[in-house]
Amino acid sequence: MSGIVDRFHPLFYPRGIILTGVSSHPGKFGAVTFHNLLRFGYQGELFPINRDGAEILGHATYKTISEVPEGRADLAFICTPSKLNEELLRDCAKRGVRAAFVASAGYGEADEAGKASEGRLVELANELGIVLAGPNGQGLVSTAVSMCAQIAPPYPPPGPISMASQSGNIGASFMNYGVLSGVGFSKGVSCGNSAQLELADYLEYYAADPDTTVSLAYMEGVEDGRRFLEVARAHTAEKPLVVVRGGATELGKRAASSHTGALASNERIFAGACRQAGITRVETVEEAYEIAATFARQPLPRGPRTLVFTVAGGWGVLTADACHRAGLNLIPIPEDLCDQIDRMVPSRWSRSNPIDLAGGETRDTIPEVLDLMARHPNVDAIIYLGIGIQAAQGNAFESGPFHPDYGLDRIAEFHQRQDRRYALAAAEASAQHRKPILIASDLLHTDRDYGNTGPLGVKESGRIAYPSGHRAVRALARMVAYSRYRENRRS
Amino acid sequence: MAQTLSEYESKLLLGQAGISIPDERLVNTPDEAAAAARALDCPVALKLCGRGIAHKTERGLVRLGLQKEADVVAAATALLAERIADDGDAGILVAPMVTGRRELIAGMLRDPQFGPCVMLGLGGIFTEALNDAVFAVAPLQPLDAEDLIAALAHSQLLGPFRGEPAVDRKELVQILETLGQIGVERPDIRSIDINPLILCDGHPVVVDALVELEDAVG
Repeated sequence: MSGIVDRFHPLFYPRGIILTGVSSHPGKFGAVTFHNLLRFGYQGELFPINRDGAEILGHATYKTISEVPEGRADLAFICTPSKLNEELLRDCAKRGVRAAFVASAGYGEADEAGKASEGRLVELANELGIVLAGPNGQGLVSTAVSMCAQIAPPYPPPGPISMASQSGNIGASFMNYGVLSGVGFSKGVSCGNSAQLELADYLEYYAADPDTTVSLAYMEGVEDGRRFLEVARAHTAEKPLVVVRGGATELGKRAASSHTGALASNERIFAGACRQAGITRVETVEEAYEIAATFARQPLPRGPRTLVFTVAGGWGVLTADACHRAGLNLIPIPEDLCDQIDRMVPSRWSRSNPIDLAGGETRDTIPEVLDLMARHPNVDAIIYLGIGIQAAQGNAFESGPFHPDYGLDRIAEFHQRQDRRYALAAAEASAQHRKPILIASDLLHTDRDYGNTGPLGVKESGRIAYPSGHRAVRALARMVAYSRYRENRRS
Repeated sequence: MAQTLSEYESKLLLGQAGISIPDERLVNTPDEAAAAARALDCPVALKLCGRGIAHKTERGLVRLGLQKEADVVAAATALLAERIADDGDAGILVAPMVTGRRELIAGMLRDPQFGPCVMLGLGGIFTEALNDAVFAVAPLQPLDAEDLIAALAHSQLLGPFRGEPAVDRKELVQILETLGQIGVERPDIRSIDINPLILCDGHPVVVDALVELEDAVG
């Protein structure tokens, strides 16, 4: 397995990058990529190539690749017109480059001549021993070396998710969710035309990459289905793989003389392969990110036995319904747990699952109750609803006309402090007892302008908060399914 | 035009691969049919059987539930009279009657991206309406077949049903895995239909089968 890690190393951990086609026009892709690498603080050396050797963004450039010192650049980022690139690739190889990302268009996606030149480029890369990403791709990201080598942002925060996308803009969308929620990425790549490296290659690498905990992929076509299945199976035996597939609704019915053939469609066969490979397949980009971020930061549940803990009654009921529909097991509250909570809060609490303390939480009981639930041997997972309600009142006090008088400063500060504390306590109990605790609150959106300490506390703990109980249920159900797949195949 | 094996040959092939096949006799005359029916115990079903015959029901080439020897002789005579030139070398297949409320369809096909794949679906008269079919890429690994069965939208139909026991999962799994194995080992076979696969006291029984061959190379 270390073979593949070594092979991809120069692509994602380059000590230096040669950029071809860095124009003095800041609108052109070469200049944009040079800017983005500087802007996001790439840790290695940059060798921008400009025909005239002009100064760009205050940096000196090289007129030709031959001026670049040997052995300092591992990666070439190529934005030049396709007809120049074969020669440039040869020149890069002479300077010690071992990987290339080709952003240039005009290859296989364009016409027959482009197809032929793409074929030559791959042949040349193979001959030079260069791993080649693209062409016609948006770029790649590797946060370990602060590398945003892309012709467009975003640059997500560092994290354990690695992404490969057959669409540049869907890849960017995945990373945008990372920017928003804070659960970040290790690597991201836009496959472009997949001339040499294709989606399955990146997934094979991510499976072996120690910096990746979960992979996220967007795909449309499957070139070699059997290889994809084999790579995906090996991947999910180690870590989860979340896939969104575009073009899946096509009927794809074939003219077939057999009944089996008449019932087949590309979608049905792909769905079967996903089932066999334990792929977590989802329909939408936001769901894919949300589930990948859940895998990234929550321990895997050992089973489906779920407790819903709520300080918001109606949400508790709806979330319980959603648990049933999703096949999660909403267990009756264990008697000993019931007794323990009885001793802590007034008797009006729900005494059933969902657990609603009915105001008992004002006695500062939430961290301890969370710990008791997570500790219980019959509990596999917890969904916690209604975080931030206290903080929202704190924010209302703080932003209103009576603050800081009438004691509002103290109570506002208390409410805000408490919700942050609950979020951190949930993460702590989850980590300590190795059980997922998913926190959902609509205040994630509605109180965002005031900076609600509940959802912010969840972010601070390195996890994502879900905007509704349903979204938390959906993520948890996918975790349970993957955990079951792993468990079954292992035994 | 792809070459298809006759029902008898198709079942023979499945049987050799390890799928349990009902005890059936291929005969050429009404008298032989009567003898076969005696050996198998009535009631029996008679079907015209030949390489060119793919749509027996549509052409009325199936006679079910024949109780008496005289009925068998009459049915065999009628079927032989239905033969047309395109049917090729057609005989009569005498098969024991298989009854069950639940009909499945199982098969194998070659997908351009994924290669040989196994299918399981709900069959019978509601096949088109329910459109409930699931696929897996061959060869099936342990648990793939179980997951395939569970993935049917109406998988509860395979549980205990109106006095009939639940499907024998082990037998169904074995059929699905064998179909996958054939797909992997026999590139000369383009597709297989087992339709219907009738659940008889919970046992899946191959009532009809059709094997389609790849066009010969060269």
